[in-house]
Order: sequence, then structure tokens, then C-alpha cells
Amino acid sequence: MIKTAYDYDGEFSWCPGCGDFKILEALKLALHELEVDPKNLVLASGIGQAAKMPHYMRCNCVQGLHGRGLPLATGIKAANKNLTVIAVGGDGDMYGEGGNHFIHAIRRNPDITNIVCNNMIYGLTKGQGSPTTPRGTKTSTQPFGVTSQPLNPLLLAIAAGATFVARGSAADVPKTKELLKQAIQHKGYALVDIMQPCVSFNKTHSWQWLMQETKWLDETYDPCNLEEAMKLTLQTEPYPLGLFYKTEPRVTFEEVQAPYLSGDDTPLWARKPALDAVKKLLA
Amino acid sequence: MSDHTHTEVTITFSAAAGLGLQTAEDLARSFLSEAGYYVFSSREYMSRVRGGNNSTQFRISTKPVRALAEHIDWLFALSPGLHSNITENISSRTKILGDADVIGEEISKMGFELIDLALANKAAELGGAYYSSMIVAGVIAGLFMLSDETADTFILQKFAAKGTETVENNKRAFRIGHQFGADIVGKNAVLPLPQQKNASEIFLDGDTALALGAASAGCNYVTTYPMSPGTGLFTFFAKHARELGAVVEQAEDEISVINMAVGAAYAGARAITTTSDGGFVLMSEGISLAGITETPVVIHLAQRPGPATGLATRTEQAGIEVALHAGHGEFPKALFSPINVESCFKCAGAAVHTAQKFQTPVIILTDQYLLDTGYDVERPDPAAIPEPLQPVKAEKGYKRYAFPNDGNGISPFAVPGYGDEFVNFDSHEHTEDAHITEDRALRTKMNDKRLGKLVSMRKESLPPITLGNPDAEIMLVCWGSVFEPLREAFEALGRKDILLIGCEQVYPLAEDFVKLMRSDAKKIFVEGNATGQFARLVRAETGVGCDAKILKYNGFQYSAEELRVRVEKTLKDLGL
Repeated sequence: MIKTAYDYDGEFSWCPGCGDFKILEALKLALHELEVDPKNLVLASGIGQAAKMPHYMRCNCVQGLHGRGLPLATGIKAANKNLTVIAVGGDGDMYGEGGNHFIHAIRRNPDITNIVCNNMIYGLTKGQGSPTTPRGTKTSTQPFGVTSQPLNPLLLAIAAGATFVARGSAADVPKTKELLKQAIQHKGYALVDIMQPCVSFNKTHSWQWLMQETKWLDETYDPCNLEEAMKLTLQTEPYPLGLFYKTEPRVTFEEVQAPYLSGDDTPLWARKPALDAVKKLLA
Repeated sequence: MSDHTHTEVTITFSAAAGLGLQTAEDLARSFLSEAGYYVFSSREYMSRVRGGNNSTQFRISTKPVRALAEHIDWLFALSPGLHSNITENISSRTKILGDADVIGEEISKMGFELIDLALANKAAELGGAYYSSMIVAGVIAGLFMLSDETADTFILQKFAAKGTETVENNKRAFRIGHQFGADIVGKNAVLPLPQQKNASEIFLDGDTALALGAASAGCNYVTTYPMSPGTGLFTFFAKHARELGAVVEQAEDEISVINMAVGAAYAGARAITTTSDGGFVLMSEGISLAGITETPVVIHLAQRPGPATGLATRTEQAGIEVALHAGHGEFPKALFSPINVESCFKCAGAAVHTAQKFQTPVIILTDQYLLDTGYDVERPDPAAIPEPLQPVKAEKGYKRYAFPNDGNGISPFAVPGYGDEFVNFDSHEHTEDAHITEDRALRTKMNDKRLGKLVSMRKESLPPITLGNPDAEIMLVCWGSVFEPLREAFEALGRKDILLIGCEQVYPLAEDFVKLMRSDAKKIFVEGNATGQFARLVRAETGVGCDAKILKYNGFQYSAEELRVRVEKTLKDLGL
């Protein structure tokens, strides 16, 4: 395995064989190839198994509250736009508890990358249905089967105005790494939903299922077509993988904020109070 | 109350929302102040965009005035259906102005006479109801015998873009009103001009003072979800974001608001959020996050009556307990409670400084009354606000939650991207370098480190403001906006055996305040809530209970007259 500046040599609390290991590997390789300085990288998360990822990488590690990784990351990026900010979490974290923030972070469009490790189940709390669990799946809290319609996060992201929407797979590190590289380089909010198995609690969506029931988009696919991208998000078994949709970047949340309008990227901490302005307002 | 007839006049405006009367009020307030009078202004309004009946009270005086009065000298009754807070205070001394066909019957049924303003007809002659506002402003200028050109500059500035005709019509409207007002008073202005007013004074309301204090402290990340009466602070920063160099965002909900603020503060922004009680409760988990991650954030809690939606646009002081206990787990926080407009400016600065110095969430408790109330204050000095603290460089080996040697619990604060080491942040119980731990001894030590900060925070708590005899046998204790009406009542009582105590910080309690509470004096707590929340907090913290409570929770602030009566009765009941 290639050594990177992000490698962590401590203990992991993920289950052996967890898809998160592969996602971490793809992310580290992407950052390595893009030569992102770990000291300028903030990996922010909420709570969940995937949300422990910041602890397993050498960079600025930020772990907040369940569901709140996106507002946290948005605040960090706006306070210092020189930082590379990535928000990572699972399907329950980002699409369930954080569902409202997911919609509005996309509308707001901070220049961050959002990685969602989607194993279609709650892992850390031991196997309850998540927003992406298929109907009928029996779990400890839905013993007669999940009755709610699963969320289609990619369709929702496109509808909310995301300018970069992709789906990767923990079963294919090289291709997922490439998607992550593009996402990190994309200006504005970029979603990379990464399908992965849960080896402990999701008996249906195994490594084998993941390899059989997904299919990478071929090179002729044009990600600039909104309608085609939306149609593509409706396909299941095989689930398409790759860059679904990409369009011209929109203005980002932070770049139109007053402190940065003049092109001065000084972080907020290094700025003095505007005492002259206050005095004028008191004149 | 002592007879103020020769030193002050009150004017109350009562009108439906949407009539545009605020322009007249703002203009009149401004020209009366410029003429040399002291003006106190306070608004109360219904939770609706159109209709209803809202009111504004002016106390115009030859001496500084800082509290709500009860009596009404001049009433502009411009919409039918006067509310009881108005009708109860109409007396034989009240001169009532309004349109006979709008409110004539209502006033005569009450047994009073109406001076027919014929506002609708006057405005119609000029081109429509649009001009009513300027006519009303003119009437006030006339009552005070100010020049009929008083508003010309204002009118030109405000309406120039709308063309010469609008400007001229507004000038005519003002003059028509002026003539009407002057005719009522003959040649004697309703109030003589004061000898000399301090030129360094400026009219400020609580909202503006709070925002300017926060700006002086260097707040540069301001988030909100709109909720009355907390929105004004944000509106100010949104309007002036470019001059003040602030990031401003209206988020999808209060949960996002507080988490964004915590994220921004972790990266070094000086973050403040603003909300009211309901939104504040939604922030609870985020406040707890700021507690364990030792992140400096300031939360402005503009109190209004609850539970739930309660009285959405009214005032109350029932937020101490929810603020004190907001956020699960045990961690330090400070609660500021500005007592008047000047104190809003000062407390905003103290709140930002405390949050930064002790790396913990700080809450500022205001209320609708305080935010919507203004008067002339000594121009606040931005240089009096402490300068922001700068982060340290994260040198090799830096640990965000390193145990400090001096035992005060404060670790050096670094920000990501500045220095050679990572700056971590974790909502779990954590190691010194912010990674998850379940080590029992470390958990205890980390919890002690955080809570230990309270010791030094208490030493820096703002001491109480006291007036009167320090060895008094009676103490009148209040916090927040009750202070000014209580002060006026206290002064009117004129007793030498009372000490008035106003708290600008209700947690942690200042050592000076605790000393006062441990004295043998009888203690009467005066609060704007139903249960005496501050009295309960003081008892919990000091073991000292109160001897009597004066409480109010009908959505309106105390007037000075009302408090004098209630304090007198309480003293009598206590045999004092």
C-alpha cells in the first residue's frame, strides 16, 4: 500500500472487513495525489461509524454532533476559506439526523466536499433502518420490515441545486479515488455518496452484492445533462456508479460574504474589530 | 409618582400595524431629541403584520428618562379598538387626538372628549393615506412649538428619489400638521426646553447598543434563524456586514445556527448567534458541544413569554433557568443580563471576552422590552470593549486540550492552518489531543479541568450595580431590564433604608453580590416572570432565600409607577 502523509498508526474501532477502511484508503490516496497539505485540511464529521474517520487520518480532526457535520464544516470554511474542508459521515448521520442540513448545505453551496458512507443501515447503534434502507428490510426496530420509502440522496441533491453529484463504491478504490479527486477540486459543494457493505448488520448488501449489483458509467455518459442525471438516479440493481451530474460551479457561500468580497482571504481570526466603522455608526 | 407635569410629557401612539406610523415616530423622536429634549421611547406590538393595534410610548422630558411611564398626556388614537394597556391609563389629563369617524364613538363611550384630527381628510387632500405619517409628525412639532421647517431636511433626504411632487406634498403635510398642533397649544409649547442637554449623548435602543457592543468586540461571524425579538441583532449585522467585515447567515434552523457558529469559532471566528427562547432550546445540544469542545461562542437569548409560542412579540424574563441548564452534561458557562441600553453595549463586549478567555459558551439574556426601548445615553466608547484575544500558533506537539500547569483549566487556543501541528476538536470525552477516550481517570480529570474554569470565571463576573445605602436593612434585587423602572420607583420612594441591586451578570454570581446576599437585610426580588427564577438561582448558589417576590408575567414591562405601588405594598406586608 502507498504511504501517505495522512497515515494513522493507531487502533481502529471499525469492524474487520468494514467498507469504511476502503473509503478511507480512497480518500487518503486522492488527497495524496492532489498534494493537499494535511495542516490545511479539516476533516469534519458528525456521529456514527463512518464519522469516526477524522480520528483515523493525520489532519485537523473535527468530530461534532450526530447529523451536524455539514453546518460545522460550513462554519469552518467560512471562518477560514484557505482550508480544505471535507465533511464525512454515514447515511443515518447525513441523510437522517442531518437531512435538513443536507438540503440547505447544498442550496448554500460552501466550497466543501461531502462524503457519505452509505451502507443502508445504522451501524454504530447496531442495525436499525436508515433513510436508505430498502422497504421491507427487517431490523431490530422495524421487526416487520421498514415501511418508509428509501431516500434517493442523489436525486435530492440534484433537485436542491448541487453542481457535483457522484456515487462511488467501497469495492473499487481506484475509481472512487478518482471521483473524490474531482469532488475536492470542484468549486462549491460536491456530494460523493459511496456505497459500502455493513459486514455486521446488513446481511443483504454484502461485498458480493456490491460487486454484482453496481455498474460504473461508461465513458460515453455525459454528466452535464440534468434530465439524464435525474433519470439515472432512479436506476437500481444494478446501481450506476460514477459522476452523475456536474455543471458550472455556482457562487460559493463564503466567497460572497462581506469579509472576502475584496479578494482578501485573511482568516477571520486574524482580522481586527472594525472600530472605525462602529465609531461612524455612533456618530 | 411625584408630579412631573412641568418636566415631562408623555405621548402614546396607538395604531394598526401597516399604517406606516413608525416613520412619524422615528422622525418626531429625532427632532425632539435634536431640539434638546430627553426622549425615552418604547414599543409594544402584536404578532401580526397588518391590523391589530400597536403602541409606542414617548416620554419627553427636560431631564434624562429611562423607564416606562403609565400615565398618558397625549394620545394619538389612530385605529379603532384601543387595547386595555391604553384605555386603563387614559385619565382626565389625557388629550386624545384621532379621527372622529374612526374613533369618536369609542372615545365618547369611555366618557372622554376627542380632538378631531381629521387625518384621513387631510391626507386625502394631499393625495392619500400615505401622507398621514408626516401630518402626525407635524402635529407633534406644533405641540412643542418647533419650526414648521423642522422636517424639511429629513423629507428631502427621504423622498428626493420619489420626485419633487412627493417632497413638496410631504412638506405641506408636515406644515398642515404643524398648524393643527400649534393651534391646540396656542403660544405655549407643551414643555419648556431644558437648560442644556449634554451634546455627547446619543439616542440608542437596546438592539443597536447590543449590536454595536458585539461589533466593537470584533464579532465577525453572525448567524440566526429569524425569531422575534432576537432578530434585530442579526438585521443590524446583515445591514452593516460590509463595514463591519462580518460573515452573516440566516440558516435553516437553530440547530444549524449553533453548529455553524461552533465550527466557525473552532477555526477562530468570533461568533455570535441570536434567537429567542424557543429557538434557544433547539440550540441546547450545540451549546453542550461548545462546552465539551471548549469553543467560545456567544448566544443572544432575547426573552419572550412562553411556554411554546407564548406571546410572540411580548416581553418576559423567564429565560434564566433554561439558559443556565441548556445543554446536557456539566460544563461552565456565563450568563449576562444587561440592565439597560448602556449595559447592552457593555455586556456584549464582556460576553465575547469571557467566551474567548474561558473558551466556553456565554449567553446574553435580554428581552423584547429592552431591545425595543431607547433613550439618550452617553455615547458608548468602542475602545472600552476588551480587544479580541489572539490564538496561539500550534507549534509541534501542540495539544488542543492540554492540561495547563497553572490549574485554571484554560488550554492555549490555536486554530487550524496556523502552525505546524493539527488542531483537533471532539464531541466525545477526549484525550489532550482531542481523540476519543473511555479512560475513567482521564474522564474525571477532563471534566474537572472544564468545570474548574468556573472558579476564575466567578472572580471576573460583573459586580452588581448598587444604588442607595450600602448598610440598608432592605434590599431590592433585580436583574436585566427591570432595573430602570425599579430605579425610578426606588428614587420616587425616597427611602434611606433601601439598597437597590441590579445584576448585569446572573451566573456565575459575582463575589460582591454573594456578600450582599449573606447580609441580614430583608431581600425583595423583583422579576418579570411567574416564579422568581433569579431568587431560586441565588438560593441554590448561596443558600440564602428571599423575603418577598414581586413578579409580573402578562407580557408587558413594569412601569415605574406600578413598581412604586407594588414595592410600597410589599414593604407594608413585611412590616417595613
